[in-house]
Amino acid sequence: MTKTLSILYAAAAGCIGLGLAANPLLAQEEVKKGGTAIIHMVSEQRILNPALRASTGVYEISGKIIEPLIDKSYDGYVPVLATEWATSEDGKKITLKLREGVKWHDGEAFACDDVAFTAIEMWKGLLNYSSALQANLESVDCPDPHTAVFNYSEPMPLELFVAAMPDLGHPVPKHLYEGTDILKNEYNTAPVGTGPFKFVEYERGQYVMAERNEDYWRDGYPYLDRIVWRFIADKSAAGAALEAGEVHESGFIGVSMADVERLSTDDRFDVGTKGYENNVAHSTVEFNHRNPILADVNVRRAIHHGLDIDFAIKTIMRGFAKPGRGPVPSVGGANYTDDVRTYPYDVELAKKMLDDAGYPVKDDGFRFKLRHRPAPWGEYTQLWGEYFAQAMRVIEIDVELLNNDAPGFLNGVYRDHDFDTANGWHQFRSDPAVSTMVWLRSGLPEGSPWTNQFGWKNEEIDELIDAAASELDVEKRAEMYHEIQRRAMEELPVIFAIEHPFISVTNKKLKNHHNTPRWNSSSWYDLWLDE
Amino acid sequence: MSLPIPPILSYALRRLFQAVPVIILIMIGTFLLLKLAPGDTVDALVGDMGGADAAFIERLRAEYGLDQSVWVQLWRYMAKLAMFDFGWSFVYEQPVSRILLDRLGTTLLLMATSLSMAFTIGIVLGAIAARRAYSLTDNLISTLGLIFYATPSFFLSLMMILLFSVKLGWLPVGGIKTITGFYTGWDHVADVARHLIMPTAALSLIYLSFYLRLMRASVLEVAELDYVRTARAKGAGETRLMVHHIMRNALLPVVTLLGLQFSTVLGGSVVVETIFTLPGLGQLAYQSVIQRDMNTLMGIIFLCSIIVVVVNFLTDLLYARLDSRIQLK
Repeated sequence: MTKTLSILYAAAAGCIGLGLAANPLLAQEEVKKGGTAIIHMVSEQRILNPALRASTGVYEISGKIIEPLIDKSYDGYVPVLATEWATSEDGKKITLKLREGVKWHDGEAFACDDVAFTAIEMWKGLLNYSSALQANLESVDCPDPHTAVFNYSEPMPLELFVAAMPDLGHPVPKHLYEGTDILKNEYNTAPVGTGPFKFVEYERGQYVMAERNEDYWRDGYPYLDRIVWRFIADKSAAGAALEAGEVHESGFIGVSMADVERLSTDDRFDVGTKGYENNVAHSTVEFNHRNPILADVNVRRAIHHGLDIDFAIKTIMRGFAKPGRGPVPSVGGANYTDDVRTYPYDVELAKKMLDDAGYPVKDDGFRFKLRHRPAPWGEYTQLWGEYFAQAMRVIEIDVELLNNDAPGFLNGVYRDHDFDTANGWHQFRSDPAVSTMVWLRSGLPEGSPWTNQFGWKNEEIDELIDAAASELDVEKRAEMYHEIQRRAMEELPVIFAIEHPFISVTNKKLKNHHNTPRWNSSSWYDLWLDE
Repeated sequence: MSLPIPPILSYALRRLFQAVPVIILIMIGTFLLLKLAPGDTVDALVGDMGGADAAFIERLRAEYGLDQSVWVQLWRYMAKLAMFDFGWSFVYEQPVSRILLDRLGTTLLLMATSLSMAFTIGIVLGAIAARRAYSLTDNLISTLGLIFYATPSFFLSLMMILLFSVKLGWLPVGGIKTITGFYTGWDHVADVARHLIMPTAALSLIYLSFYLRLMRASVLEVAELDYVRTARAKGAGETRLMVHHIMRNALLPVVTLLGLQFSTVLGGSVVVETIFTLPGLGQLAYQSVIQRDMNTLMGIIFLCSIIVVVVNFLTDLLYARLDSRIQLK
């Protein structure tokens, strides 16, 4: 007997309806077919296979070509290549019904074999984040071509499985990968999928082009003739390209924050955070708990009181953010709670707490010195690091900034632990178990970036994290995450200081844009161009 | 009886043999310097991926040969390079030789147009300024030269984009072609030329000021020499004096600078290609540094070393051509 948690959608009609609901303008405007949407991207992508690379940059391109089993809309999770999902009583079997009549872009039929092959060969073994998520996956059975049964050795909460699928559930064609060196397969950079757009070419250093899939399974879609992703590394040049009308959209804060603010007053553009609710990130302050000063929770609390989060939100994020309330962001649904301890900006309190902790101001005017590594993840992360240093000096903590490029930062913080404090940002991926709890769990392999390499250990939290990852009762699971949030805000192993979605600048000629909570990563089957 | 080797061939062979150890030293030095930087390709890839577990990271490192000692990696690299095998780019998932060939054309085109423009306009303006030394024209030209010299290329590039692309809409913001134009034949040539106008101008203006200043000083110096006075006394006209007697000799230091500057123009192309999104070696070098793509970066440096050696050889040939007193031995 199975416990079915999702009802079969009338897929095409339902999804169209969701699109209509998300954007009432669509009901008023006549859709124009054809045209080329030109999208700005800052960085080139090494590969375009989302089954091998969990990265928003990869999804931004390949999400139009390779579809996930399940996607996320503003009304919840919606079927794409899977039409129905259910779990067994013990949570060790998850059964998916797969969409019939779907073809890969090379004409072969999509079937369960493709899902089983991708899940075992890529999601479990090779896909970052997914390899931990699917560690207990033992096999995937195919009782018929359109049914896939995932067998786990430990209970897998269906909510977690479903929440992970939009990012970590893209099947690829088995017939193009089987028997090859998967990491070097040519289709990793020339993807073949079932999506509304077919890959055309990847001109390195310039662009990727995809064209309309005439055999797409949603009748009448897509609207656009093609999509071109242009790589412009310089953010100022990207802002100019938007203004000159050479690109239609720049996502994930692809232009400078000054341009974001300036273009937000330009009538030609929609500027905002809509469409990123599933891509919310935290700007963090990370402590090296091996440093005895920072191992003192009162010092960490004093540091938090010394940070004027509202000021940082206003000046660095130009208002497109809000204060963080722990590891789970406010878009975390039932798993989020704001019933946590907070740390209002209070310089005098911070100074008193540091005095009380045994760190008075010395002759040089400072209490102690911190070596701080700001992550090189773009303009606002660098500014957040510089603000941290300035704010600490106000409470008489000297800060030396150690600037590195990406490999230098990752080694310095996560492998060599050669830092006192660091700052960066971390992205929430639908469910706390996917990639968030690794910031708090101890005992993780040495050197893994974006995990708890901070020397912080709390056995009770470890137990809570493990229990929540396999808890099948939704309410109990949510309460566990609330407790973890509360404890994290009490003990502050990491300061999850600012919660911010990403920001897009979009030419208003693009219609139906940002109508899902992970829009830049979604398939854009209903996107159209009014020109 | 053996055939005599022409002096130029003998000279070329000698220069070639001199170049080999220079290039080997450059490659070894560059390899070791890059290894001193913290992090490697795998760190950059993992950063780009948004994270990965330790087992996955170790697997990648072993696959790319990065788990070996630096000396083993250096030996393997140099052994391959001796066979002109530049290796595999783990970032672009292609042979490095293919990536370099794809990008070389754009950079050579940009450098050729920029240097030609800078050299030609620079020597003409320098000669005019010298012949009208300390006049309003000279002051105007010299001031312009100083402004170009003092303006960073990134600033100049962005200002040109703002004016000619955003405000006037005359020229494209970047790229080497109109992606959705699908032009062929002469239309394609015209499209590429249109995309090259601003990058060429941005790259050439700073070098134009070098040539201008040097040519002005050189013309002023040569114009005072005895043979010029003699030629003038023999009744040579000012135009003939300028073209045949002064400029030819005044060009010698400028030509030397041209050869030496080829490598710095390559450096300048990093900024210009990045801002204008030109798919050349400069942009590739920038990306390769960021992504610790060692093989690609080493390939670029090897190629640039070869280009600089060849250009300096050609400069020496041109030097001999301009000044008959110089013999190639």
